[in-house]
Amino acid sequence: MTGEPLLSISGLTVYHGQLCALREIELDVAEGETVAVIGANGAGKSTLMGAIAGTLRPAEGWIYFAGRDITRLPAHQRVAAGVCLVPEGRRLFPSLTVRENLLTGAYRRRPGPWDENRVLGLFPWMRERAGQPAARLSGGEQQAVAIGRALMGNPRLLLLDELSLGLAPAVRDRIYAQLPAILAEGTSILLVEQDVGQAMRAADQVHCLLAGRVALAGPPAELTAQQVEQAYFGLSAAPGGAS
Amino acid sequence: MIWVDAVVQGLLLGGLYALFACGLSLMFGVMRIVNLAHGDFAVLAAYLAYSAATATALGTLGATLLVVPLFAVFGYFVQRGLIQRALATGPLATLLATFGLSVIIENALQQGYSADTKALNPGSLVSASLRVGSDISVSWLALITFALAVVVLSALQLFLRRTRTGRMLRAAADDPGAAALAGADTRHIYGIAAGLAFGTVALAGLMFAMRSSFDPTIGPTQLLFAFEAVVIGGLGSLWGTLAGGMVLGLAQDLGGQWNPAYALLAGHVVFLAVLAFRPQGLFPARRIA
Amino acid sequence: MTADEAVTAAPAAPAAPPPTVSRGGRAALWSGVGSAAAIAVFAYLPFMLYTGTTQTLVTFFTLVAMASMWNLLAGYAGLVSVGQQAYVGLGAYAVLQFSDWGVQPFVGVALAAVACAVIAVPTSLLAFRLRGDYFAVGTWVIAEVYHLAIAQDNSLGAGSGEALTTLSGFSPVMREAITYWVGLAVAAASIAACYLLLRGRLGLALTAVRDDETAAHAAGVAVTRAKRAAYLVAAAGCGAAGGMLLVSQLNVAPDSIFSVQWTAYMIFITVIGGIGTIEGPVLGAAVFTVIQQLFSSSGVWYLILLGAMAVAAAVWLPRGLWGLVRSRTSLSLFPVGYTVRGLTNGRGS
Repeated sequence: MTGEPLLSISGLTVYHGQLCALREIELDVAEGETVAVIGANGAGKSTLMGAIAGTLRPAEGWIYFAGRDITRLPAHQRVAAGVCLVPEGRRLFPSLTVRENLLTGAYRRRPGPWDENRVLGLFPWMRERAGQPAARLSGGEQQAVAIGRALMGNPRLLLLDELSLGLAPAVRDRIYAQLPAILAEGTSILLVEQDVGQAMRAADQVHCLLAGRVALAGPPAELTAQQVEQAYFGLSAAPGGAS
Repeated sequence: MIWVDAVVQGLLLGGLYALFACGLSLMFGVMRIVNLAHGDFAVLAAYLAYSAATATALGTLGATLLVVPLFAVFGYFVQRGLIQRALATGPLATLLATFGLSVIIENALQQGYSADTKALNPGSLVSASLRVGSDISVSWLALITFALAVVVLSALQLFLRRTRTGRMLRAAADDPGAAALAGADTRHIYGIAAGLAFGTVALAGLMFAMRSSFDPTIGPTQLLFAFEAVVIGGLGSLWGTLAGGMVLGLAQDLGGQWNPAYALLAGHVVFLAVLAFRPQGLFPARRIA
Repeated sequence: MTADEAVTAAPAAPAAPPPTVSRGGRAALWSGVGSAAAIAVFAYLPFMLYTGTTQTLVTFFTLVAMASMWNLLAGYAGLVSVGQQAYVGLGAYAVLQFSDWGVQPFVGVALAAVACAVIAVPTSLLAFRLRGDYFAVGTWVIAEVYHLAIAQDNSLGAGSGEALTTLSGFSPVMREAITYWVGLAVAAASIAACYLLLRGRLGLALTAVRDDETAAHAAGVAVTRAKRAAYLVAAAGCGAAGGMLLVSQLNVAPDSIFSVQWTAYMIFITVIGGIGTIEGPVLGAAVFTVIQQLFSSSGVWYLILLGAMAVAAAVWLPRGLWGLVRSRTSLSLFPVGYTVRGLTNGRGS
């Protein structure tokens, strides 16, 4: 593993109007790593994803990707740079077929192992349904297509925003089971997850956000359940103290 | 049998209306805006072709081959320069800005060319007619216009369905934010849509100028016809627009047979009837093509 | 706590005065006085000015009325109509028709407003089937239908139009003066109508609809009824303005009275003056009239100039000139909103 991290975020501050959604965030993703960001609703997880993907402009701070400053890079150019976001809520194109949705991901593809064939191989059921309009798929199927669409760009860093949202646990598990195959091809993953247990199982590093700050960070093995609980809900260590 | 003749003429007229309408339909489908200056740009193209044809040795065909692609490029820059900015300002701004453009173009043309009517000479071969049966006389120009409409619509369909950029145009029509996340520069995509719209409307304007005389004020009328063709045919379907144009042309010609003063009114009444009883149009689809 | 402890406990902090809600500040009071004074001054002008100037002012009044109506529709009800010329034309022809039936044209102007509101009812049933940009073009088509229909009516002069002859009993000076006063009344009534309507429940309903139609519907606002009310009032106002045009020009022809040019004027005036405010159309009409007078000899250049100004305003100054004034001074001459004073939530009021 090379010394410099693939993604390096430093001092990131993002506002939603007058509300400070992220405050001086520091976060690194090393090459080949899976990093999970957890936190309650409103903690700033999706804001963080938005800033990395380019849909939100930070007020302060830097985002470095593969040694390049992408803080002010427009969203559509980040795909070519190697950052692909699977947005919250999937956001497939409803009037396009499954296959056409995948192909849109290849609009600015980088060279790499992922192509239509490979992606269809990752989710075997997709091959038969490739000609169907995407609007007719179930939530889990749409999630798979959304991931496939992002993979078609051959990203170095795959951003997954709230994968489990609206999915049954079995479906969610099936999707998470594909992550190792993605990692094996050389893509690093940064994921946002509401389900703490799932995040702890899937990630090499976990960051817990609270009210826009990183309250806890480290490898899952080194974090106790109590630590995570306190960081997630914002409880201080001392009993009976004000929060 | 003059009625059969009127029916044929009306249906062929639909081809011209479809040419006018497809650009309007495209811009609305992709960007959700109606370009109120749509018809005026067609007239502008006709005047430019007129100048090119009369001032140089180009002739009508040469002027067409020059003006149509030029307009497509022009449309790309109008989109990126002005309409994009209006889009960013708010939903009202595009309507108002294009309306202002319409007034500017009409009055500028009036200042530049005077209010007299002009015409594009289509050449002696094209202005000839074809006799079908004993009563029906179809002008070559009308046939060529209809054929052009079919060709243009087919090409647009192919472009939208089979090419990378066309696919992204449809994606941006569904969800511009997600399209940006997939790597598309939406400003460029919108520019392409506008370029296609301006190119087709320029062609429509030229074909119109070849069949009848024109003056600076006819733009809005063509806008209304294009709009009616889109609504009658049904939103979201290019071929539906052709059908809508044909229905409109038929209504106008049949109305005109009854009484020449009723031609336009008949078309409007059919439009209102569709609006009242089948507002989704004859062939509605949920896509842009 | 025992009684002793209660007595020795620190006295409670005095209760903060409840927040007050007011409908207008001092500026509104002055503008009420000022408006009355302005109307009085305007009313006196015919005794002082030449015919040319009073005619210009009549044009100004007509434009104020029309633009206020378009503003009511687009700025408050969110209905962008490019077909208001329908009611301008219908209003003018209504006055003509009523005059043929023996009604005094000046009275006919008021009747024309009512007639247009009546015609607007079935028209709205059709027009409201379209939304947004499509509604805009749809109203234009409807205007064309009225245009073409009227042009078929031979009793009203068909395509070449007709002159209004029933005012020949007045001396020209008297006729000009009464025309002027009726015009002033129409303009004042339009502004007053907008102000009173928007201060009331309709204004609240329309603001809610403008902000978020679905939420307004869910909150119990009769969305369609509110929009229709605005549409009917706008039709009446444009009808009165159309009647004014006939009375001041003594002549009407379908092609000119049903021309989309009138809506163009309404749009330019409102967009440049300030959409969504009552003061905006008045300011815009003043700017428009000045420019029109200054450039009337150079052909249609002033229209190109106004078009360019409207485009620039639409894109770069969406709140118009009055919006600029308001953002600098928080001035509101015709306040229709609510001002809350005295909020004590730590942030100050």
